[in-house]
Amino acid sequence: MSDIGGGGQRVVEPWVAAPLSKFVGEAGARLTLIMNPSGQVLAQHGFTRAVDVMAAAALGAAIVASTAEIARLLDEPRFNALNHQGSRHGIFVGGFDSPRGRLLGLVVYGSNSSMGLVQLFFEEFARDLVAACPAPETRRPVLAEDFERELNQSLATLFRT
Amino acid sequence: MTTAFRRVLDQITTIRGVRGALFIAGEDGLVVADSVMEDIKPNAVAALAGSLVRRVRRGAESAGVGTPNFVHLQGATGTICAVPAQAGMLVVVLAEPEVNVGLLRLAMRKAAEVTG
Repeated sequence: MSDIGGGGQRVVEPWVAAPLSKFVGEAGARLTLIMNPSGQVLAQHGFTRAVDVMAAAALGAAIVASTAEIARLLDEPRFNALNHQGSRHGIFVGGFDSPRGRLLGLVVYGSNSSMGLVQLFFEEFARDLVAACPAPETRRPVLAEDFERELNQSLATLFRT
Repeated sequence: MTTAFRRVLDQITTIRGVRGALFIAGEDGLVVADSVMEDIKPNAVAALAGSLVRRVRRGAESAGVGTPNFVHLQGATGTICAVPAQAGMLVVVLAEPEVNVGLLRLAMRKAAEVTG
């Protein structure tokens, strides 16, 4: 991710677009991913390459899965958010429940933002997304042949020019 | 240590017009200790005041006037003041517009020394 924060915004589900734009502007986020706990991406802001989105989504989902296991060991229901602070960038990973099930946000921020700002506006972002989220569609079984096609469609949506 | 911070903040809130006082981690915009009225959200104040002070500091340093040692933002319905303390912390105060800023500044600088 050398061109950090250089890309635009792409969404798979249109209802995510407005809350995401608002959040990115207010929190000063460089990169943002909205995904489900499996790592399936609903929207991204700032990424320039599909491979980076896939890697970040997989790693973000793995972080949440790992900390969920730590929470289980501590008899905690779950950790709602976690932060990693670097020298130039910080990473915030937060989760919230929506009509579409649990969603995760992975946010990378730089020196023009802060942990406090990202946390503050992420709470508002989560509320905005839950309010904008349409009722869930009837779920059908995921077939192996559909999975790759749907994955490719999602990636094409996230990176079409 | 947090108890000591709270005690100092409680002293600031005895000044007429003060609605809340906080120690925040300046770079992170997180609350270290707070003494605020019920209608004030300390997390929001810490995040936004931290961001404000960082931007003011960058502006002041770019302008060649050095690091600000007192930030005073006067709004139509209130005032925000911030003073840097040790270890990257800030003392932040929310107050009514008519607060005695001189007295407040002295109290905030004294509070900042507690963190040393």
